Amino acid sequence: MANMPVSEMRLPPHLAHLLAARRLDTAKDVLSLPEVELMAILDAGLPTARAAVALVSEAACPPCQTALALLEERVRLGGGGRLATTLCGLDEALGGGIPMGKLTEVVGPSGIGKTQFCLKLALLAALPEYYGGLDGRVVYIDTEFKFSSRRMIEIGQKSFPQIFRQEGLAQKMAGRILVTRPTSLADFTKSLEEMKVTLLQHDVKLLIVDSMAALMSLENEKATAGFRQHPLRWTLSFLKSIAEFSRVPVVVTNQVRSQSNDDGYHFSFEVDKKDGNKCAERFDSHLVAALGIQWAHAITVRLVFESHSGHRFIKVAKSPMSPAVAFPFVVESSGITLLSDESIDVTGPEITSIRCQGQNVLAR
Amino acid sequence: MGEQSGAQNAWDMLSDEQSQKHTTTGSGDLNDILGGGIHCKEVTEIGGVPGVGKTQLGIQLAINVQIPVEYGGLGGKAVYIDTEGSFMVERVYQIAEGCIRDILEHFPQSHEKSSSGQKQLQPEHFLADIYYFRICSYTEQIAVINYLEKFLGEHKDVRIVVIDSVTFHFRQDFEDLALRTRVLSGLSLKLMKIAKTYNLAVVLLNQVTTKFTEGSFQLTLALGDSWSHSCTNRVILYWNGNERYACLDKSPSLPVASAPYAVTGKGIRDAVSSNHKRARVT
Repeated sequence: MANMPVSEMRLPPHLAHLLAARRLDTAKDVLSLPEVELMAILDAGLPTARAAVALVSEAACPPCQTALALLEERVRLGGGGRLATTLCGLDEALGGGIPMGKLTEVVGPSGIGKTQFCLKLALLAALPEYYGGLDGRVVYIDTEFKFSSRRMIEIGQKSFPQIFRQEGLAQKMAGRILVTRPTSLADFTKSLEEMKVTLLQHDVKLLIVDSMAALMSLENEKATAGFRQHPLRWTLSFLKSIAEFSRVPVVVTNQVRSQSNDDGYHFSFEVDKKDGNKCAERFDSHLVAALGIQWAHAITVRLVFESHSGHRFIKVAKSPMSPAVAFPFVVESSGITLLSDESIDVTGPEITSIRCQGQNVLAR
Repeated sequence: MGEQSGAQNAWDMLSDEQSQKHTTTGSGDLNDILGGGIHCKEVTEIGGVPGVGKTQLGIQLAINVQIPVEYGGLGGKAVYIDTEGSFMVERVYQIAEGCIRDILEHFPQSHEKSSSGQKQLQPEHFLADIYYFRICSYTEQIAVINYLEKFLGEHKDVRIVVIDSVTFHFRQDFEDLALRTRVLSGLSLKLMKIAKTYNLAVVLLNQVTTKFTEGSFQLTLALGDSWSHSCTNRVILYWNGNERYACLDKSPSLPVASAPYAVTGKGIRDAVSSNHKRARVT
């Protein structure tokens, strides 16, 4: 809508000509200018500039829907708009499963099970509908060379033995999963752009990026501090728009890093009240998600994989549908399994921190 | 004093201020520090870290503005401008159900009856009165804010406009920072004008970023310097130990104060530790 040409807007002829004469060809060109500057460029009075802005805005504005219409659309599309993970407790907490059309992040220390989780999701999306799957293709962007077909088929055989005993099914399922291995951000960007067409033409039902952080750290080594955010911002916008546009779930994995002095923790009005002791509590062994706070704002659901007290946990750290809860899990031959479907409530700073036993990084 | 166009004397304004309506947030403690709730005719900015509950509060306000007048509400409709795709319609339904349940609890003599003009207490009716716009770029955001003037003229029963979040697209795609500041100033003036002209509340949800001040990195609301003077009120949502807190950081008439709140299955309510005995609807 931002690039909507002015010529298609059916403006009154005198305005259309005026804008065209000054090379203001799209909605973006007209609306990016403050009123006064528009007046100067058009060499026209305030009423003319205002009329132009009002008409262009009305044309470029997306249509309005009531929330009820959105709900009815959701019901009509069926499936509740979710990809069930088959981990019952987790699915219930998320309102049915991984949401479609939104970005879901899986973050945790290395080796904890993020890729195992992604492999299972890929399988579930490829399975036929009568087995609970989405009966579609999956695009798996593997940046760390962790994807293993053998392991995925093993998960399939152990989780759905009845299904996989059928001849040729393993091959058919594996055939639905397209794996790309970009080696640089430029490569990744190119695959994403080509992805748009693929998604629409080939009935893709799930997009996985494993892992996002690995790609970004490649770029960080080259770029300057100010520039660092740019590739991430673009990628973020693009992933979100692909997700919403094609209504597929997008799952992205992220790494962790230790907390640094650069992380702000408090607002200015809080700092006055805190004494020195409390500030020190931040510099202990907790880890934080990589990719920064802007990324954290943009994802809709955050699943934190962490370990403490001798167990591993999947924690729903950010979700519009549920409070913060955690489930203990293990990784078996059949992939990730929950030890209990009873959720454990998580409150306060535990929600945002990521714990990893055996990997304490002390900044003391 | 003569009748200057647009000028009002302070005495008349006082009676205006006293009769000003507000929308409850769902939490009595939060309403208290806000002077009753979110005020009409004012622009309120609400910022906080990811996951603290900004969208939850935005949705709660879009529902609460619809509480019928006979139950102490404004009986209005809502415009929800979603720039990030955070609006999850099943959650809106849950929050509407929670609000209705509380109304019925406080006003047991009313059932779901309806007489002419009275809203039926069904979640679907609450959802039908939220006008939703999905915005995917800063151009669309500018377009919708401009278009609102016409839209609100045609829908005079709207009493709240929520923008979730107001800074997302401006942090991402704008190359010319000086131009960005000018465009944002223009937008904030427009929003203030809309609030006053149509007697509604404008609520702007904002993200946080880190800023280096006074020798350390601190959290602050995004686009702070170019934007911070644009809002009448500013509320910051943050974590204080295990509880969610809201701090009224800027207000023309109320002191800076903080209060706890909770996000429950029913929506925004008082924290468990609150002194308010029951969750208040109005």
